This record gives sequence, C-alpha cells and structure tokens, in this order.
Amino acid sequence: MAYTIEGSDGAWEVVVGLEVHAQVISNAKLFSGAPTAFGAAPNSQVSFVDAAFPGMLPVVNAACVAQAVRTGLGLNAHINLVSRFDRKNYFYADLPSGYQISQFEHPIVGTGAIEVELADGSTKTIGITRLHLEQDAGKLIHDQHPSKTLIDLNRSGVALMEIVSEPDIRSPEEAGAYVRKLRSILRYLGTCDGNMEEGSMRADVNVSVRRAGEAYRTRCEIKNVNSIRFVMQAVEAEAIRQVEVWESGGTVVQETRLFDSGRGITRPMRSKEDAQDYRYFPDPDLLPLVLDEDWVASLKAALPELPDARRTRFIQSYGLTLYDAGVLVAEKATADFFEKVCRGRDAKAAANWIAGDFFAAMNRQGRSIEDPPVTADALGGLLDLIADNTINGRIAKDVFEAMVATGKSAAAIVDEQGLRQVTDTGAIDIAVTRVLAANAANVALYQAGNTKLFGFFVGQAMKAMAGKGNPALINETLKRRLAEPRE
Amino acid sequence: MMLTDLTIAAARDGLRAKAFSAVELTMAHLHAIEALNPRLNAYITVSHARAVDRARAADAALAAGDACALTGIPLAIKDLFCTEGVRTTAASKILGPFVPPYESTVTANLLRDGAVFLGKANLDEFAMGSSNMTSAYGPVENPWKRRQDPNAVLVPGGSSGGSAAAVSARLAMGATGTDTGGSIRQPAAFCGIAGIKPTYGRCSRWGVVAFASSLDQPGPLARSVEDCAILLGSMAGHDPKDSTSANVPVPDFRAACRRGVKGLRIGVPREYRLDGTPDAIERLWRQGIGWLRDAGAEIVDVSLPHTKYGLPAYYIVAPAECSSNLARYDGVRFGARVAGGDLRELYERSRAEGFGAEVRRRVLIGTYVLSAGYYDAYYIRAQKVRTLILRDFTDAFATVDALVVPTAPSAAFAQGENMDDPIKMYLNDVFTIPASMAGVPGMSVPAGLDADGLPLGLQVIGRPFDEETVFAVSAAIEQAAGFTAVPALRAGG
Repeated sequence: MAYTIEGSDGAWEVVVGLEVHAQVISNAKLFSGAPTAFGAAPNSQVSFVDAAFPGMLPVVNAACVAQAVRTGLGLNAHINLVSRFDRKNYFYADLPSGYQISQFEHPIVGTGAIEVELADGSTKTIGITRLHLEQDAGKLIHDQHPSKTLIDLNRSGVALMEIVSEPDIRSPEEAGAYVRKLRSILRYLGTCDGNMEEGSMRADVNVSVRRAGEAYRTRCEIKNVNSIRFVMQAVEAEAIRQVEVWESGGTVVQETRLFDSGRGITRPMRSKEDAQDYRYFPDPDLLPLVLDEDWVASLKAALPELPDARRTRFIQSYGLTLYDAGVLVAEKATADFFEKVCRGRDAKAAANWIAGDFFAAMNRQGRSIEDPPVTADALGGLLDLIADNTINGRIAKDVFEAMVATGKSAAAIVDEQGLRQVTDTGAIDIAVTRVLAANAANVALYQAGNTKLFGFFVGQAMKAMAGKGNPALINETLKRRLAEPRE
Repeated sequence: MMLTDLTIAAARDGLRAKAFSAVELTMAHLHAIEALNPRLNAYITVSHARAVDRARAADAALAAGDACALTGIPLAIKDLFCTEGVRTTAASKILGPFVPPYESTVTANLLRDGAVFLGKANLDEFAMGSSNMTSAYGPVENPWKRRQDPNAVLVPGGSSGGSAAAVSARLAMGATGTDTGGSIRQPAAFCGIAGIKPTYGRCSRWGVVAFASSLDQPGPLARSVEDCAILLGSMAGHDPKDSTSANVPVPDFRAACRRGVKGLRIGVPREYRLDGTPDAIERLWRQGIGWLRDAGAEIVDVSLPHTKYGLPAYYIVAPAECSSNLARYDGVRFGARVAGGDLRELYERSRAEGFGAEVRRRVLIGTYVLSAGYYDAYYIRAQKVRTLILRDFTDAFATVDALVVPTAPSAAFAQGENMDDPIKMYLNDVFTIPASMAGVPGMSVPAGLDADGLPLGLQVIGRPFDEETVFAVSAAIEQAAGFTAVPALRAGG
C-alpha cells in the first residue's frame, strides 16, 4: 500500500529527493594541508589557504578525490574521469574567500543507484543523480560575546561530498531508509563517519506533493536536517503543509525552508526571489580533475564488502534469515561484532542473542556498538557455556544481565552463583516426582488428554530446581513419568 | 661608471672580482632611492635595514666563495608579491597594514639565489591599470621626459609602473613584475627597459596577490635582455603549491640570449597593423623586421585572424576572475575594515572605502558578466574567443618560430591623458593582450625613440615554454638597435 497524504478531497502522493552532505574522512582538507580533527580548539586547524589570505592557492587533496571515487563506486555510480571545480560566489562571514569551491557543471561522480529495505520486507531502488566534491564553510558563533559574532574556521575547507538522489522517494519511511542505507554504505567504505549529531552528515530535503499520475508540482527545499528521524518528520510535515496549501486553493511557491524539530513544522527561510545568484564559473586556480582509469579500477578492486553483499553472505554462510541478516549488516560495526561472536560458534544463536538481549541492553543503557554493554568475546563466552550445556538458556539470560551489570565473564558469574546446569538424572527425577505428587489433579487432566499442561509441569520442575535443570532432561523425565499408568 | 648603471651581468662579475662589495652596491641604490623616490614614487615601501642586512650576508657568501646566481643583486619587488615580514599593499587601501606571514614562491626563489630586496614597487591598484594612476599610494612618474615638453609628467605605464620606473631610473638593477594583459611589457616599453611575460605556468603565482588567475604571470624587468634571462632563471620553476604551475625544466635562458636568429622564421602578423598607430611605431616595427632579416632570420607574413577580439574578450575574462578573487577583501579577517551596523554594511563600507574607482569598475563588470542570464553571452563566449586566439598562435607557430610586433600603440603619455574614458586606457594593451589570452611568452625590448625622445618597445612572442627563442630574438633586436638612451631622471643624472 503506497504512502499517501489524505487530503480533504482525495489522496496525495509525496515526492522526495535528498541532497546529503557527507564530510569526507581524510587527514587534511580538500584544498589545503590543514588537519580536519573534530572538536579541536577554535581556529587551530586553519591554514592561510583556508583563511583566504592574499596570494594563497588551492591544491586538490588526492586522498579526498580517492574517497569520492570510492563512494561513487560504492553507490554503483558512473565515475567521470574528467571533472571540474567551479567557484560558487557569495558573501558571508563564514566563507573567507567569498566563494566556495564546488563542482557545478561537471561532478566527479554521475548517476548510480542504491537499494533500500522497507519495513514490509520489500526493497526499493533509489537513483543517485550525482556526487560532487566541495568545501565546507567555517562556523559562526553568536553566543560568546554580547555584540560580536566569532568565527571558527576549523571547518573551512573541509571536504564534503554532496550526494544528490533522484526524486524517487515516496514516503517518510523511504526517506529514512535511504539516508540510513546511504550512511551504512559510507561507513562500510570508510569515506564518511555518518555522525549526524556532529554535523558530519546532513541532508537537504526536497519535497513536493501531487495527485496520482500528475507531473511533478513545485517543490520546497528543507535545509540542513541533521537526523534521520527529523528527515522523516520533515517530509511528513512539509507534505501535509503543501497539501493544505493546494487544497485551500493556494499555490506552493518554490522556497528554502527550515525544519523546526521542536514544533514539528517547517518554516520559510528564503524565497526563490531572494535566492542568491552564485555566479558559478570554473575555478581558474585549478586544472580540470583528470582521473586515470587504472587508478579508478584499483580503487574498485580494493573496495571492502558492502552491506548488500554482506547480507547475502550472512544468509548463505550462516543460514540467517533475511530479516536477521539485514538487521546485523545495517551497521558495519554490528556486522563486525556479530562475526566476532559467531566465529566457531552457532551463528543463529549468536544472531538471536545480538538482535535480542544484547540490543535490548545496549538501548536500555544508551550505549552503542562501539561501546557495547558486553564485549564480543564475553558474549561468545556465554554462548560457549550454553553450547556445552554448562548452563541452560533460561539461566543464560540471568547470566547475561549479570555480565552487563558487573562486567564479569559468564564463567565467573556461573561459578560464583552456582548456576551450573543440573544434569544429574537422579536429582531431576526427585524434582519431577515432587512436582507430579503436588499436582495430582493436573496430572489427571493431562493424562485425560489435556496435553497443553506439559509446559506447566516443565515450569514447575524447573522452578523446583531453581532454574538450573537441564531442560532436555526435564522434558524427557516428565514425558516418561507422565506416560506411566496412574498408580 | 656608476654602480647603479651596471647591468646585473656586469655587477655579478664585479662582485665576484671584489671590484666593489654588495653593501656598496646596495647602498648606491638606497642613496639613489633616497634622492629620487620622493619624486618618482616608484617604491611604496623601502626596506632599508633589510636590504643592508641581506647585502652584508651577500658579502659574506662572496667572501666564502659560495655566491649564487643573484648574490648581492639589489632588486625592486612589485608590491603584489607577498613578502614575509614586509608590508604588502597591492597599492590598495583595502589591505591596510597587511604584513604577510609568508614569502611568495617567486620572491623566495630570488632570495634563495642571494638577491637583495630594496623595497616594494608601486603599481596600479591590484595590478588593474595601464598607467600606474590607480595606485592608492599615488601615481609613479616616468623618469623619461619629452624633449619638447620636459615639464610634462609622463606615466610609466602599468600595472608594473613602479618596477619599470625604478629599473629605468637606476633605483634597482632589476625588478619583479606581473603581467595579466601587458603589465610587464607595456611599462617596460614606456620606460625604455626590457621585460618578459613568461609562458603562463612558468613562474609560480603562489603568494602573488591575484588579479585574474588564468592570466596572471610573474616575470622580470631589467635594463637588458640578458639581465631578464638571469632573473627569470631564478624566478621560474615548478611549484606544487600552484596547481597551474608547469612541471617543466628551467633551461639556461642566459645562454639562449647568445643563440642568434640565423635560420629562424619570424612571423609578422598583419592584424597588428592598426589605423591610428603612430608612424614612429610603424617605422620602428619595419626597422626591427629589417634587423632580424639582416641577422639571418627569414621573415614570414602570418595571420592571427582573431586578434581584434582579444581586447573585448580580455575585458570580460579578467574582470570576471577579479570580481571573485577580490571577494576576500571584505574587512573581516585582515586589512582595512570600516564598521557597519550589520555584516552587509560592514562589507559595503569596507569595500567602498577600500577599493579605488578602477577596481570597483572591474569588480562590477565582472559580477555582471558572471550573472545568471549573462554568463553564456559574455563569459562563455569570451572563453571561446580565447580558444580561437590560442588556435591563431598555434597555427602561426606551425610555420614560424616567433612573432615580432610593437609592444604598445603609443609612447608614454602624460598623467591626465587617456583618463577621460576607460576604453582609451584599455586600448593601451591591444598588442599585449593576445599573448596573455593565449598564455604564450612575450617580451618587450627597447628598440628606439620617437620624435619626442621617448622610448618605444618591440615585442617578441614565442611558443609556449620556448622563452629561449624569445630571448634569442629579443637579444638580436637589442643588439641591432644599440639602444643607449637614458632617462632624464636617473641616479647620478
């Protein structure tokens, strides 16, 4: 069922295209040798080029170019062997040179496509229009002085990739799935850390609405949305606003808007009439960027395994379900964690533990896969104790929580708390005998045909053994004893 | 002979022979500057103490026997080159008290080779002008005088007017200049000295305040072709900090001056014959052609059919680039600031106050030609013209080794002349702009005097990165011309 906005007189389709700005992972800026570390003291990562001192000239950083090419390859996109840098001219205090070096007419990467997974299990292909390299601007700080604005140029000149999608997205969910998948690919490639809260990835969201079968109507651009949740909210809020405009007899005007996450609405920023004339022209300080075909091929050959390929491998090699595999590969770090846990162990059990108790604990504690509640080795140790019947699955859940709470290993907790599974058939027999004796009425019902009560007996027996009984042996004993004719 | 009259080549020999010391040589120039600069205004900044320190170091190097190509040679540096620790103005108010914390590649190369910098030479503001009248630090007086009207104050040409005047008046043995549309060649011609705009990419632009990036090219001015060759040998070279710098070897330019022209094919482009060009210039051109023929060159008529479009196309491309290059002078980070109520007002006031009329005019023209709706009609078309101009030269150089043409359509004019209409001023560059647009090397060599006794230059244009042939042909003209005239105003004069 396609997503639509229900207006007062019918359904509206939502059309979305995204421009994602992704900060390139590199040691130095796009056109200067200055470092790019996040969180450094203001203006400590600035060269004379970044500050646009007289006579300073840009020299393109080959490492940033390689990252853009690798990203393009990861997006299944066409690599343009000849591209060009242009100047985008405008005055602002965070832009020392008065122009941003960008790629306007001839981007380094052309059309591509990525596949996104949706909640209903379906997939959708979203087209990539282009990817180009450009410089970031500096940062203005307004709250440090009563009347002055301070300027931090640390970001000035940092390499960004602007990744533009086709208007193929039709719902907030697809928009979210697209950004999530894009971020996943960038992280797998190591070309962008994807940390939206630090601003190293942000999205401009283009939204329009239309009746089924219509041509595109006027779109609005929502600038600088800095989380996936906000991207989804912004799409919906803006689509609803546009539907209201059209249905009330108005006209949506092309403009740039901002998403107010506090109020969940978009607000106008500037209209098309106020739009700047950027006076793009080829940057005469830089030669056309000409790539060697063999170099591109060598970058392609060295690409890491990407999420789609890894998901297929997880299904084929580990026997995981499509869903589990999808969950595990979405973040490279999670997939790496999984592969560390499952090495030499039951992969399905590992997947279940990670997707279940592990994620639950991680979310509960507000931690991340990079700072996990238990390490991959520790979780593997727990799985080992289950596999060799030292503990049963039920006790394992308690052991896991104790691991999260104390940081101790599973073996240590099992030893300290005496949680070792009881496999002594004598002890199990005694417990079963007690349970059957204490529940004679239920035994009678069971033997009269109410076999659903079997689980009740298992629970009672396990309880009698403080949870430590071997479930298989308890089952076996119970079956045998209940099958015996009543005395 | 006075030390200030020596050529660089002769001074090098003299220093090595201990005929005089580097300190003596530098002091002679500093005294000359003291005497004449108040009138000529060729220097914006004189670095007296630094120059003496460098000269002392040069003497030490000479004594130790490890002198380099330019050890102890006193030079003027166009105040468009950033010089570490020495104020750099670009002859604009907007740079205010700016003292660069870095040394341009070209001047660093000269320092590496032992040169002594006397100071920073005056120029048209941001190198925009052909008369040195647009300098925020006042005009430069050409040391040459009209015989019939010695009281007229003539311009030295521009934009490297201070450099040319300083070298001509013996206030420096040589100078750096930059040439965007003729800014080395035209003032060299007006001041009776030699100057070469090398191939675009031959000298690094790093650390040179930008005017029009795709055209700007540093080069030397000196009183002889050989001196220019010596200076260029030090200035040139690949610089990884300038993406447009060419990674080609630097040949022995000085040796090329002695090659002669025997067997060379020299082209004479018919499109450089313009109505209204003074007879003296036409005559000198014919004379120059004759000298080359006599020296063994073959003279060939050639056509550069798109020459006439060079000037209008240049006045689109150069302002377009300058409008963008000068955006950084906004009063925010360095240079002069005029406060405003908000950011926009700060920009407007700082730039209105900081830039002179000619710079403002070009920024406005450039902004206009890059605007949406005009870009294709102006900028793109101008770039196409540029391609055609380059093709003209490429075609011509398929049959000839160099071209010889006049440098400028007139001799030096007086301050106040050509000031009523910017187009008249722009026409000064009509013979120099095509080589700039094509990026090929061009050299002006003093070849004669007009009826007023003012110097006239001939221009030799060569193939890309074939400055050697340009030097060879220029040296042949220089030798045949036997140009020995000196300006009225000069050290010891």
